[in-house]
Amino acid sequence: MSTNKPAFMQWLDQRLPVTNAYEKHMSKYYAPVNLNFWYVFGLLATLVFANQILTGIWLTMSFVPSADEAFLSVEYIMRDVEMGWLIRYMHSTGASFFFIVVYLHMFRGIMYGSYKKPRELIWVFGMFIYLVLMAEGFMGYVLPWGQMSYWGAQVIISLFGAIPVIGDGLTEWIRGDFLISGITLNRFFALHVIALPLVLALLVVLHILALHEVGSNNPDGIDIKKHKDEQGKPLDGIPFHPYYTLGKLPMIIVFLFVFCGVIFFFPEGGGYFLEHANFEPANPLKTPEHIAPTWYYGAFYSILRAVPDKLMGVIAMGAAIAILFILPWLDKSPVLSWRYKGWMSKTAIVVFALAFIMLSYLGGQPVTDLNTWLARIGSVIYFGFFLLMPIYTRMESTKPVPERVPAK
Amino acid sequence: MTQDGVNKGRRRFLYIATGAMGAVGAVGVATPFVRSWFPSEKAKAIGAPVTVDISRLEPGEMRIAEWRGKPIFIVRRTEEAIANLKSDELVDRLSDPNSEVVSQQPEYAQNPARSRSEDLLVLEGVCTHLGCSPQFLPNVEPQSFDENWMGGFFCPCHGSRFDLAGRVFRGVPAPTNLVVPPHMIEGSMLTIGEDTA
Amino acid sequence: MKKLFLSLILSMSPLVALAAGAAVELDHIETDITDKASLQRGVQTYMNYCMACHSLEYARYNRVAADLDIPEEIFAENLIFTDAAIGSLMQNSMSYDDGAAWFGAAPPDLTLVARVRGEDWLYTYLRGFYQDDSRPLGVNNSVFANVGMPHVLMELQGLCAEAPHAVSDRRFDPLTGNLITDGGCENYAVEGSQTKAEYDETIYDLVNFLDYMGEPYAKDRERIGWMVFAFLAVFLVIGQLLYRELWKDIH
Repeated sequence: MSTNKPAFMQWLDQRLPVTNAYEKHMSKYYAPVNLNFWYVFGLLATLVFANQILTGIWLTMSFVPSADEAFLSVEYIMRDVEMGWLIRYMHSTGASFFFIVVYLHMFRGIMYGSYKKPRELIWVFGMFIYLVLMAEGFMGYVLPWGQMSYWGAQVIISLFGAIPVIGDGLTEWIRGDFLISGITLNRFFALHVIALPLVLALLVVLHILALHEVGSNNPDGIDIKKHKDEQGKPLDGIPFHPYYTLGKLPMIIVFLFVFCGVIFFFPEGGGYFLEHANFEPANPLKTPEHIAPTWYYGAFYSILRAVPDKLMGVIAMGAAIAILFILPWLDKSPVLSWRYKGWMSKTAIVVFALAFIMLSYLGGQPVTDLNTWLARIGSVIYFGFFLLMPIYTRMESTKPVPERVPAK
Repeated sequence: MTQDGVNKGRRRFLYIATGAMGAVGAVGVATPFVRSWFPSEKAKAIGAPVTVDISRLEPGEMRIAEWRGKPIFIVRRTEEAIANLKSDELVDRLSDPNSEVVSQQPEYAQNPARSRSEDLLVLEGVCTHLGCSPQFLPNVEPQSFDENWMGGFFCPCHGSRFDLAGRVFRGVPAPTNLVVPPHMIEGSMLTIGEDTA
Repeated sequence: MKKLFLSLILSMSPLVALAAGAAVELDHIETDITDKASLQRGVQTYMNYCMACHSLEYARYNRVAADLDIPEEIFAENLIFTDAAIGSLMQNSMSYDDGAAWFGAAPPDLTLVARVRGEDWLYTYLRGFYQDDSRPLGVNNSVFANVGMPHVLMELQGLCAEAPHAVSDRRFDPLTGNLITDGGCENYAVEGSQTKAEYDETIYDLVNFLDYMGEPYAKDRERIGWMVFAFLAVFLVIGQLLYRELWKDIH
């Protein structure tokens, strides 16, 4: 094939490794034949990322990052700019969907042990992406300068005040003022529209490069590179393109149904994607009756509130995020996928997932005795899942992993 | 993995169909992004017609109004200036004396004075060369750039010259006459940006 | 996957706004922003009774005129009480400081109030004023306790002598089956020019208008949504056929 390339491609290839890159990452990147639907979320995350970048660029064209005009300019986009409402809803809905697909993508990794050797670095890059995404989402939520933007930022930034000695100075430094103000808004705008997206894009490239170096994991956790044919192609591998690109089209379209369904019919997402109180301009003199972080921070916010001490709460919240990074070194199981792990791992994963969903939900609920206790139970399960992992993964007996992908 | 026994025609058809749907989708997605660049409701509101009271505009005087962010020249021409517009001496030096480039004025201004009533000139003060705003030099007197100046507009950026009806001279960089915006006169009120009530 | 997403979405809906006084039962209405006649009556009520204090400063007069099928000249003559041009934002002449001085808190802009409070809250609130001589303005409200706003629609509704009941309080005599109370206000301290039913209708139209105001493009949004769905449905069929065709190579 490469011998009868068009002249232009030959000219280009001598100057830029276009064909090479295409083959390495698409037509000759061999992905396991047994990837199931859980493997679509990485692709979907890329799709949502592209959506955020594109709509984000267009929003900056009409958004005014100042305390006086931010709220007005958002309504200007929604009402006066032709189809501006659609661009804005694509962006606001995209933010929530980014987290939905990333959470499902992470859960896939936990189920099938995709973080385990030799894919530790992919996981770590992924966690950095997640961390930057949280910062990005938080700063983006401040920009419309509604009541939730303002008071949410107030609460989150105050968390840094819990740090001994430097806390108060640090919060002032982050805000650039004695209280959240237009100065804070301006710097968050700069970080949200350029600094963090650049970092995110770089991390995504690293994440994918690391993945394509070692190859994709699969639901059985089998190493497909062990068995290759005469040409060196893995026997259980198929080219990524077109089987997992065009072949994933139906799943992508189903995703778009859901995504567009929200954009066009439920853009507020029942008050979770766009909070009701955020349709009121920021008022530094009046706190809304109920402030909650956006749903995607709910779990960590719950852990924060579960601890009855300001500093310890902040530490617990930080630890909840930090512990995700060392997951690859906590799992001592000889197998990757939960399909071959023992009952303890399987139970742990399911209970952990349920606890995470519960914590996420509780983060948006008012504080009551019951909610606090539920949050405490959830937090214990959350940390228990990680801290006990070295024990239960070593203790349990595992099933033998087949050499080749089992025929269906 | 094998491609033996593949119905090539069917596969080809499906590829084309998918590509076509993808193209339709791309156009659909592009629509809001493209359309959001058209003037917004705010721009349209700011660009709405403006009304100016011209009862005190003296012959030979010019007033500048603003419409859609552009300077609008409103000139009350003197009798002498009106007569000069028709002089062969001037007309010979013009590139489009009969306003044949229809994009530059509404139909009712396609006459030697390029106006609704001979004495009142309404022009967009934007040079048709590269968008500078020309100077108003109404008097018949020799200028450094033109010994036989009969009054008109001179663009300081690149030296384009126009007469007192906004008609462009030959041999200057500007290609066409200055634009006459849509306008209407009701008594002493001049409305720019609208020509039918 | 679809099921999973749907259950995910469904499990999160609907989080109702925790509006002020969430404990009070709200009367429910179904708004219909395609009902132009209702919206026209609503905008009329708004401009006459509300606009002096509550601006709609994110919206433009001409957009409202166009969406409500009101010719611009008629709109400008009858519904614009300032010297604003038809294309300008719907501001009023009350300054923030004056408002704060007169009412304790500046009357808020109401362009987005339906998205903050919800239609039911507005419908109940606007029908919830009652006489309370302990308050500076002599009125209180059943859903917004100690509200700082006077009852500006008193000439229409009259003034209820006690806190009105929710419509679901409608009770029948168990023996005769006769209606004892149909909810709402039962005793008026001051009579208004409208009957109870007429006033409910007036408020329905007003809330309907505010609902439109919160999202004037809502109908465009849904219309385009259906077109997108139709496109995706066709694309899904073709995508599925292509998927099956490609994966013949593997199975």
